[in-house]
Amino acid sequence: MSRLVSLFCGIIFGIGLVISQMINPAKVLGFLNLFGEWDPSLAFVMIGALIISSPLFHLLKNKEKPIFSSSFSISNKKEIDKKLIFGSILFGAGWGLVGLCPGPAITSIALLNVSSAIFVVSMFIGFYIASKTS
Amino acid sequence: MNIINFTPISALTGGLIIGFSVFLFFILNGRMAGISGIASNFLISKNKRVDNLLFLVGLIFGPLIYSYFTSQKIEISITNSLFFLIGGGLLVGLGTRISEGCTSGHGISGIGRFSLRSIIATITFMIVGILTVLINNIL
Repeated sequence: MSRLVSLFCGIIFGIGLVISQMINPAKVLGFLNLFGEWDPSLAFVMIGALIISSPLFHLLKNKEKPIFSSSFSISNKKEIDKKLIFGSILFGAGWGLVGLCPGPAITSIALLNVSSAIFVVSMFIGFYIASKTS
Repeated sequence: MNIINFTPISALTGGLIIGFSVFLFFILNGRMAGISGIASNFLISKNKRVDNLLFLVGLIFGPLIYSYFTSQKIEISITNSLFFLIGGGLLVGLGTRISEGCTSGHGISGIGRFSLRSIIATITFMIVGILTVLINNIL
């Protein structure tokens, strides 16, 4: 059942990225172009997502286990360390170069766009290198 | 600063749908829908590999299903510079694993549960993203 849920949640997430147009790198770069011609849309996507997820996370805080799994798996890390900052800097630079982050990048494979595919392959190479060096 | 191309209604609607997916994944499977985590775990870990693969397949089905039911063609505009695509992809892959989260994992799931780590990560990658675009516009 958890597999069906994963597929279903992926589909909904992908549709959300299409409707919000976050699948389009030009839209994301428009948001990051704060000092030029600014497109605030991405902020509204985050607000929309947080309006739903945040109160529900809060309500479920004391729930013992999820419906189709034996336990919740949530990171309990609290420390603000160098890795967090360094990784976020690298991610921000890559995000600003192309306008794609992991969700929209993978979703855009559906459009059979060569540029997206090159980005996604490079991103997976990045995942692999990070897993070998940490 | 001029505001252009602002699409608040579709942005908010899409955001609500993404939030619903994040919530379902949490209450049903007990997991945080952070795409960089799902994608990199699919690559490097045997644990829940099929679950992770199916989530990624679902992401790709999303636009196809949307296009099928709305008969709308989805157009995107993306650079074709190999340097930007390969460099950007590597940086995103490395960076999201080193900081353990991306726009979804830190920006939505993490901030949604008021994780200070995620708030700091999100502010950091947004500032660096904004500076990268600024520098790119000047050069």
